[in-house]
Amino acid sequence: MKPQNKGIWKIIGASSLGTLIEWYDFYIFGSLATVIANQFFPKTNPTAALLSTLATFAAGFIVRPFGALVFGRLGDMIGRKYTFLLTLVLMGGATFGIGLVPGYEKIGFAAPIIVLLLRLLQGLALGGEYGGAATYVAEHAPADKRGYFTSWIQTTATLGLFVSLGVILLTRHGLDSDPAKSIAKFNDWGWRIPFLVSILLVGVSIYIRLKMSESPLYAKLKSEGKTSVNPLKESFAHKGNLKMVLLALFGATMGQGVIWYTGQFYAQSFLENVCKLDFDQSRTILIWAIVFATPFFVVFGSLSDKIGRKWIMIIGMLAGVLLYRPIFNIFKQDTNVKEWLQQDLTVVKQDSSTTVLTDKTLAVTKTVFQNQANMQFTEIKTDTLHTNNIRIADTKPVYTAVTLNTSTYIKFAALVFLLILFVTMVYGPIAAFLVELFPTKIRYTSMSLPYHIGNGVFGGLTPFIATLLTTIYTNDALVGLWYPIIVAAVCMIIGALYINNKIDPNVND
Amino acid sequence: MNKLKRYAGILWIVLGPLTCYFLISTAIAEIKSKPVIDTKIQWAVFVIVFIPIAIGMIIFGWYALKGEYDHLPENSDEVTD
Repeated sequence: MKPQNKGIWKIIGASSLGTLIEWYDFYIFGSLATVIANQFFPKTNPTAALLSTLATFAAGFIVRPFGALVFGRLGDMIGRKYTFLLTLVLMGGATFGIGLVPGYEKIGFAAPIIVLLLRLLQGLALGGEYGGAATYVAEHAPADKRGYFTSWIQTTATLGLFVSLGVILLTRHGLDSDPAKSIAKFNDWGWRIPFLVSILLVGVSIYIRLKMSESPLYAKLKSEGKTSVNPLKESFAHKGNLKMVLLALFGATMGQGVIWYTGQFYAQSFLENVCKLDFDQSRTILIWAIVFATPFFVVFGSLSDKIGRKWIMIIGMLAGVLLYRPIFNIFKQDTNVKEWLQQDLTVVKQDSSTTVLTDKTLAVTKTVFQNQANMQFTEIKTDTLHTNNIRIADTKPVYTAVTLNTSTYIKFAALVFLLILFVTMVYGPIAAFLVELFPTKIRYTSMSLPYHIGNGVFGGLTPFIATLLTTIYTNDALVGLWYPIIVAAVCMIIGALYINNKIDPNVND
Repeated sequence: MNKLKRYAGILWIVLGPLTCYFLISTAIAEIKSKPVIDTKIQWAVFVIVFIPIAIGMIIFGWYALKGEYDHLPENSDEVTD
């Protein structure tokens, strides 16, 4: 390995590790939304509790553009190195803090308020991190490998999700030898472990980043006294730069955000909430898909150095627009419990329990059924037993914990892989694309804002808006997909029409 | 191609107010049908966040219509000037 290449790998390693940890910190909150809802929000209405958490989740995304402005400005004024060190400290502190906040039952409304504030801090820190890491790596990379080297930064978001899912699954199953007890312990206090672990990871990353030197392009600008005095004004009040910020947002990051969040988050939410897939299966499917798809970030980043960034991103968006509904329809059809109920089913297990209330007794029967294709599901029936022993079925049975057979499991993992492959196409080349669009002295600010509006607002709100659409238009379980499809389609057309496929050979200016 | 870019600018200009109208009318209808705090908060967030973006879309369309994207900058001097 050439000494020059050895240097760039150290830079990529140090930048990527910190960014990966920031994504990990950010995702564990989203992944544990239901558990956190039980801990920090009033339990009287579980839907309200979950919505509150989702709103908090959204708040985490919405403050990201503000983080982009605050830290982008700092990064252009004092330098890349110290700015993305600061974001790491903020993120680590906020995550650790969430792990320590006592529950609602102990400190009342102070609990959700503190959690909300810490979550906002997380969003703010994340808003400043990505632009710094991408800029830092790009400013070290040779022109003909800019897409390849920056694509390593692009893998961190997906790997952060992967690590968060892995840590959550390991903790959930590792707290007791009895699986049921382990899950109960996890829901009670074990969920704090993934948050607390973060402080160790952040500590290591801060140590590594402290040893890094400033970006050479920025250091040169600084030594020549050519850094920007007012990066916000130069980025957004000058037409020449503002038009490029708008083009980056509407022609690239907006579509990239929805493709990303549909592939990695809405897919998981759909499998769990619409298909009623078993908790562990839905997560392991995502883990397998991530394992096989992640290398493609680098493949497409590298390919963009040869054929340009534009068309790879556009094809990724087109694939999403055309294939989302067919793919999600397969998920829905293959887990159609109502159809299975028409078949001969085998009872695998049945448990009954009764709960005595003041005026009545509730009898809950959980039956695990298996269909002819070895797919299982659990039916939960709640009956009311009145004093004269009359049993009345109160509500319709609820079907849950759908467990797939091996071939369907592999098919689902392959389809989620495909969804993440689209993500790698739009996301792999985007750091290099954004870096090349803006001048060094206002690069951090100018690229961070469109990235975080595209990802944070358009992308981050995808699961929320898609779920909301299914509650408004209840007849179509796939209606939520129209949001990412329409946004990606508009972005694809703008990108195809206005973006240049030319690779900028010189980012030193 | 430049003509197409410019004419498409009209579409982007129209898309901004259309998005605002759709957003606000859906927000009002949803809040009326479920007048609870959660509904109000979530729709208020959507309106506050997406309206500035819709304004950005109008500006983008205006720039496109005026031919600002006929030629994209090839160096940073063109961007900052």
